[in-house]
Amino acid sequence: MSRLIPEDEYGKRPVGAFHQWMDGVRDPYTGNVEVRTDVRQEEESEEQLREYQEEVVGVIRKVHDTANNNQYTLFRKFYRVAALLCCLTLTVMLLITVAYLPPVGSTDNPAHNEVAAKYIEDGMQDTGAVNIVTGMILDYRAFDTFGESNVLFIATCTVLILMRNDKKKGRGSAEEEERRDSFYEPKSDRILQTAAMILVPFIILFGIYVILNGHLSPGGGFSGGAIIGAGLILYLNAFGFEKTERFFTAKTYKWISFCALSFYCIAKSYSFYTGAHHLESGIPLGTPGDILSSGLILPLNICVGLVVACTMYAFFALFRKGGF
Amino acid sequence: MNFIQNVPFFSIMISMFSGIVSSILSEKWAKRLNTAVILAVGVMSGILLLYLVREGIGSYVFMMGHFPAPWGNEIRAGVLEAGMAMFFSIVMLLSMTGGRKKLFDEVEYTKHNIYYILVDMMLSSLLALVYTNDLFTAYVFVEINTIAACGLIMIRQNGRTIEAAVRYMIMSLLGSGLLLMGICMLYDLTGHLLMSNIKLAMAEIMASGTYRIPMLITVGIMTIGLAIKSALFPCHAWLPDAYGYSTVSSAAMLSSLVSKGYIFLLIKIFYRVIGLEIIYSSHIIGILFIFGLCGMLFGSFSAIGEKDIRRMIAFSSVAQIGYIYMGFGLGTQEGMVASVYHILVHAATKSLLFISAIGLTDVSGGSRSFFALNGSGYRHRIAGIGFAVGSLSMVGIPIFSGFVSKLLFAKAAIINPTWKMFPTVIVLAVSTILNAIYFLKTVIRIYTPEKPSVEEEKGYYSVRLDEQKLYTATIILFVILNLILGMNSQPIIHLVETGLANFA
Repeated sequence: MSRLIPEDEYGKRPVGAFHQWMDGVRDPYTGNVEVRTDVRQEEESEEQLREYQEEVVGVIRKVHDTANNNQYTLFRKFYRVAALLCCLTLTVMLLITVAYLPPVGSTDNPAHNEVAAKYIEDGMQDTGAVNIVTGMILDYRAFDTFGESNVLFIATCTVLILMRNDKKKGRGSAEEEERRDSFYEPKSDRILQTAAMILVPFIILFGIYVILNGHLSPGGGFSGGAIIGAGLILYLNAFGFEKTERFFTAKTYKWISFCALSFYCIAKSYSFYTGAHHLESGIPLGTPGDILSSGLILPLNICVGLVVACTMYAFFALFRKGGF
Repeated sequence: MNFIQNVPFFSIMISMFSGIVSSILSEKWAKRLNTAVILAVGVMSGILLLYLVREGIGSYVFMMGHFPAPWGNEIRAGVLEAGMAMFFSIVMLLSMTGGRKKLFDEVEYTKHNIYYILVDMMLSSLLALVYTNDLFTAYVFVEINTIAACGLIMIRQNGRTIEAAVRYMIMSLLGSGLLLMGICMLYDLTGHLLMSNIKLAMAEIMASGTYRIPMLITVGIMTIGLAIKSALFPCHAWLPDAYGYSTVSSAAMLSSLVSKGYIFLLIKIFYRVIGLEIIYSSHIIGILFIFGLCGMLFGSFSAIGEKDIRRMIAFSSVAQIGYIYMGFGLGTQEGMVASVYHILVHAATKSLLFISAIGLTDVSGGSRSFFALNGSGYRHRIAGIGFAVGSLSMVGIPIFSGFVSKLLFAKAAIINPTWKMFPTVIVLAVSTILNAIYFLKTVIRIYTPEKPSVEEEKGYYSVRLDEQKLYTATIILFVILNLILGMNSQPIIHLVETGLANFA
């Protein structure tokens, strides 16, 4: 039995809200999501725009006098043609080479030799890892992988040089840059926040799973770390720097990457040293297939995962704000 | 295995570990750690060199891990490798001490410890390039080297260095990309990444004639990739800006170490991966020869036309790299020895030139222009002496190091007379004259007294020797290094010869 209810009470019910939204009376976003309209026209006058353009031109002119340089104009024309020619030559040459390479998947290819055979046959026994790829990168060829994680570390260092803003206050400081950068973005977007609330824990859990199961199933430090990093970036985007900086600052980053890389360095130095001198390393391999098995691979996977996750987050934070 | 044989492994690991530790240290401690590590690596490599020479061990293999070579990683050390490691660490240490004051002026103080991280990592990657016996390990450390070099260029932040770093990165990545493609195709063709195994498979392929064409293209691609990275003539456009505008320690290290690391890797690839017979019978060596000759001439021409002293020294690097590739291109053992010796000479001399040039520009109101340098040799005496020694060495005056390598090049060209003899000798002579033009005109200018009234007007000041003790000591050590290479060359040449004989 239906009953007539007052208009404003009806509006509060879901059905009523839906009707109002259909009629265009109410926008559910209004009041719940902070939306800033484009205020560029009012904020930046003609003069400011011109100032900005002059700054850009000035920077270029400081490096090269492009306007009155005939050589430069000529060079640009020559450059386009030459670049095209170089690329075409290289492409054609590489395509021709590909035609001569051994056919893909053929069993008598040179790459099917004793190296790959040993990895496949003895991999599990030698390294204790069910996942042969992990066994290869973290045990057989751990030196290369150590180099590779240092590539990430040093890449962050160079981005730090380029992007880190050491100015604490005032014009051009990190805080101000961030505010300017995200000026047109809605601040606390309800949709994004809700989605992040649901997704982030699962993403991070999945990343941890991928890392911890690196020696058992496809995955490992690099992929798991990338997943965790993506989760952290999503969280940062949804909730802003105030929330993430409660648990992740430049200091945390510094210590995590330091601990992970030093552990990697020391553990592997020990293992290289004992290996080179044909000593027993004394690290138990465990039963292949168990979560706690395969000797150093699991802790190394965790280290690589931490470094990768922190690096991804650090890159994002540095590009966004110039510090974190 | 003797304990001393651990040195290659220790030196790679401690330089890497020091980079990691520097990330949590303050600037001061990072600096001390950096100096200590470079010293330690130098001393250890020296001990290893002595040990190898005394015991008569040609080269030995060190297993990195519990698995032997085709499955695990390994490094290989011999006389040449140990000597190179020692030499690189000496030059790096001197470059760092010589540019320390300038680092404070030009780089934000908060970013100093990153600078030391980069230098530590650069050292470890150079050591790994010197010692590795595995192509993929080489590639990983080429990557570290490239990124560290970009950081070293742009840590002094102004428009020019950022532009230079971008250029450097693009060209360098092109080189790395070609190298990586080459390694991939080589793996596809031979099924190995370990250098000695590839060589066996390579000889088989070349003998049987299967995959001959892709093999040659692969070798060509790898050579060109490394040539781009070490600024061989037509691909040198990134070089003058990168060396000319970065802070002086970076410039010295980039010119004397980074490019030399790649060249050393190329030598290693020639000897251990491809095999000398195959590379000498291919046309690749002829291409390197021609581009080397062109580089010798055009590098010098550009340097003569340059008014900025740092860029002038940078362009001179193009010419010197040309010499090294010309030596490869001769296709003989003597040519290779001359090239390796020139690597040493150029590394020792070019860093000296960069570091003394900065002293001269400092007392000339910071102006880098050639015309402002009048009389700067009197205002900053030790820098003047350093620059003069470096210039004389680069021109090839006897008793300085450059003379020996030029002599070796000429000898190498004449001993085995082929069609390459005349071009080599003629271009060598022309290039020497061109070198003399731009270096000696600078030396004459810095020793032409400036009128006191002008000096006063422009606010030039003089530096006494005891004001910059570290800088003075650096220049003196560099000069001594130069004189050792110039006057005591026979034992070093002998070492290089034995090293190369055991290299394959």
